[in-house]
Amino acid sequence: MAVDTTTPAADEVAPVAVRDTAPSRLLFLRNLKVAAGTIILVAFTVLAVVGGRIAPYDPDAFGPAIMAPPSAQHWLGTTNLGQDILSQLLVGTRGVMIVGFLAGGIATVLAVIVGVTAGYVGGVTDEVLSALANVFLVIPALPLVIIIAGQLPDGGPVAIALIIAITGWAWGSRILRAQTLSLRRRDFVEAARANGESLWRIIGFEILPNLTAIIASSFVGTVIFATLSQIALAFIGVTSISEWNWGTILFWAQSNQALARGAWWWFVPAGLCIALLGMALTLINFGIDEFVNPRLRSTGRYARAMRRRGVAARVGFTPVTRVPTEGTR
Amino acid sequence: MTEVLPGRAAARPDAPAAVLDIRDLHVDYGYGADPTRVLRGVSLTLHRGEVLGLAGESGCGKSTLAYAATRLLSPPGIITGGQVLFTRPDGERVDILGLDDPALRALRWRDIAIVFQGAMNSLNPVHRLQVQLTDAVRAHRPGLSRVQLAERAAELVELVGISVDRLRAFPHQLSGGMRQRAMIAMALALEPQVLIMDEPTTALDVVMQRQIVEQITALRDRLGFAVIFITHDVSLLIEIADRIAIMYAGEIVEQGGAHAVYRTPRHPYTRGLLTSFPPLHGPRRELGGIAGSPPDLHHLPPGCPFADRCAFAFDRCHTEMPALAPTAFGDAEPGRLVACHLHDRESAALPTALAVRP
Amino acid sequence: MKFLARRCAFYALTAWAAITINFLLPRAMPGDPVSALLNRYQGRVSSDAIGALTVLFGLDAQGGLWEQYVAYWRLLLNGDLGLSFTFFPTPVSQVVMQSVPWTVGLVGIATVISFALGTLVGTAIGWRRGTWADVLLPLTTFFSAVPYFWLGLLAIMLFSVTWDLLPAAQGYDPGLTPGLNGPFITSVVRHGTLPALTIVASSVAGWILGMRNMMVTVTSEDYVQVAQAKGLPERRIMFAYAARNAILPQISGFALSLGLIVSGTLVMEMVFSYPGVGYVLYQAVSAKDYPLMQGVFLIITLSVLAANMLADLAYALLDPRTRQEG
Repeated sequence: MAVDTTTPAADEVAPVAVRDTAPSRLLFLRNLKVAAGTIILVAFTVLAVVGGRIAPYDPDAFGPAIMAPPSAQHWLGTTNLGQDILSQLLVGTRGVMIVGFLAGGIATVLAVIVGVTAGYVGGVTDEVLSALANVFLVIPALPLVIIIAGQLPDGGPVAIALIIAITGWAWGSRILRAQTLSLRRRDFVEAARANGESLWRIIGFEILPNLTAIIASSFVGTVIFATLSQIALAFIGVTSISEWNWGTILFWAQSNQALARGAWWWFVPAGLCIALLGMALTLINFGIDEFVNPRLRSTGRYARAMRRRGVAARVGFTPVTRVPTEGTR
Repeated sequence: MTEVLPGRAAARPDAPAAVLDIRDLHVDYGYGADPTRVLRGVSLTLHRGEVLGLAGESGCGKSTLAYAATRLLSPPGIITGGQVLFTRPDGERVDILGLDDPALRALRWRDIAIVFQGAMNSLNPVHRLQVQLTDAVRAHRPGLSRVQLAERAAELVELVGISVDRLRAFPHQLSGGMRQRAMIAMALALEPQVLIMDEPTTALDVVMQRQIVEQITALRDRLGFAVIFITHDVSLLIEIADRIAIMYAGEIVEQGGAHAVYRTPRHPYTRGLLTSFPPLHGPRRELGGIAGSPPDLHHLPPGCPFADRCAFAFDRCHTEMPALAPTAFGDAEPGRLVACHLHDRESAALPTALAVRP
Repeated sequence: MKFLARRCAFYALTAWAAITINFLLPRAMPGDPVSALLNRYQGRVSSDAIGALTVLFGLDAQGGLWEQYVAYWRLLLNGDLGLSFTFFPTPVSQVVMQSVPWTVGLVGIATVISFALGTLVGTAIGWRRGTWADVLLPLTTFFSAVPYFWLGLLAIMLFSVTWDLLPAAQGYDPGLTPGLNGPFITSVVRHGTLPALTIVASSVAGWILGMRNMMVTVTSEDYVQVAQAKGLPERRIMFAYAARNAILPQISGFALSLGLIVSGTLVMEMVFSYPGVGYVLYQAVSAKDYPLMQGVFLIITLSVLAANMLADLAYALLDPRTRQEG
């Protein structure tokens, strides 16, 4: 994911490449994948806000219909205590989104601070910070989160978000450090330093703006990680079960042998929601990837354009069309 | 050498037969509805055993021309017209653009090889030098044994002055000059008829440049291949080229013998180029330069692409595209071509700067 | 070799960090759950064991933090991780060591298959772009977003409950005697199929995408163009030039993602009640068996470090630039 990808050879042979590497902002949204991902994300955000209010039942309330499959009264069926699963899902959206985005935010801030400082300042600071990041990167996150959360007395969403952020910031910081390192050598940064600009001004005005795409991508990736982690935690039973989230639904499903009883409606919808949210975020990340790396963007576009012209795409062989194009000078 | 690769006698360097004949080549960039027309009907002939220098600014299309000849342009390049005729030693002529994939693969490297700029990236970082020298040989001549391949590798590095013990080295362990020489050795592996050299000395210091240039000349004398030498450094071409073609904005604007072009430039652009370099010998001279910058190929004005920057442009230059044709001196200087209305004897008078007697 | 030496030093540092975290955590947490549990088992715990637990958890700690730390290290180097409450009076180390082979077998095989498959498919898709194979991309994206364990639940529902094809729980048929005999091995394979398939299905997507993106980047490098100019056969260019270089970041990415792989597998074991380390952790968490939880964490971390070292070794072998620098 490089910010500047044109090589000298490319400039020689493809003089118009320069135009292609400065996409407009709208291009990001025009990408079909990104649009789809954004729509789904917005939908979930809306649900997070209004979920509690539009839920047909109180998720904790017991009811008469035990382990009932989906019906008109209960669109997603009920649990073994007669609770409405759709309501649980709707109410649980808020917990998932809050923890996911909070953890993502905290982790990204940590990653930016550590990664950019390490990359820019260099020297011993870099070695120390990199070692720190690598330690957190290599230690497997989930077991670490489990033993921290497991030894913590019942923590709410904020505590969980914090724990996940502490275990998940390292990956983003590595990428940011690598990018900062390559940016530091660029001419405009050298010029700013020669001008005597203060460290914070350089970082704030010269470096950070060029990192926005990477930071965004890192944020999205961490949110995905945070979402999956908290669901896993809830599923195992480590986090508090008083707050509803999708993982809790799965926890109850597992504890009550939903599988053996064939109650697919209990655990399939929750998993589908997780998958949808995860997929939406991944698609957005693809969009950012393509935005940043023009080669990824252009290969798809070239392939489509070539197909439209009826040209077979073969790597290493420039296509030859004998149809003379109009207006040849 | 003749034991490993039998029967390629060196061609006589003064034979006038054409080995590579590019005719009316059209190349676009962009597969959509509005591509950039980079080459618009360019023709160029390379004769057996000669060194043809192809010079011009960055983006003028010289590399495009050379790579398109064997269909090596990266996307979004597309060849939309023309022929590239290659003549084998036995006289057989093929249109490279019409060959099918296996035939083209067979022709590549065996008949036409490219010496890429020896930057770090042109050599595969995970293969040793010996492997990279011989994998083309192995692909084109599958019957050779490992011993024969190793011998061939040793011969090749000897040709370019690299010591044999470097064969086991990886590219990152070689210096810049060595890498460039390795690229040359690699290109000669199958003793091709044509060598296309893409800026082989640009990344090197002056001393290394001289060595490489001398090496190339010596190898050409010994093995008899023809060379298309691409560079933006015209003064370098004087040393090594037999003929020079100057390109501008996707057109060949002047062509002729190297010394002739150097001493008596006929095109305003050539003259501008030559006065931009300080001469190493002779009296000091005020450096010229060319005002303005190359045109945007996507929005070319009608007429001569150089007209906006030309000191001698007149009305016709802005409306009508000049064709590559003999100069105003006509038969007095055969083999010289120029694309400039100033040389059309019916229209304007030729400025003295461009009218030095042949 | 300098590269490997640096990596070894780093892993030593990380191991130290993990052990120290393990030491500090219970002392940083409010409350003293271990004491309460100890009281329950009073009388049946030897004084040695009580001593060990004191050092591990800092119960009624005498002596300063540093003394406890030293005692902690001494304990660890003796291989003593305390007693497990869930499997009382089995020592933690024994419980964990029994389950490690199951996890290594499952994770090892599934991950290798997933990496190999993903890399091959990614190479093919990345080389020939604009073909029908591109439709695999959104499909694999969906699968990579699905949490491992949910896919496991789905798999159980389909292959075990609805169609009684494969067993849904445990590592082998409880009625059989473990050993190198035919029925046992068959049973192990059968029980491991579903978890392994689930792991492969949800992780292969990541490898495919990663390899594809690397291939796209590498095929526009100069040396690939040189290989094309040489007229080499397409297969050789795709593998020896493009893939051979594209795989390098994949391997270092593999090393980095080992932590994630292990995490996912842990939860998978919980779903399938597969007798590996993850399942043990699950039981420990459910029963608040702190000594066991800590022991599992340590063993997992050290194993991941070891696996990372192996991956680094592989990288050093494949990328000549890491060897004698010039």
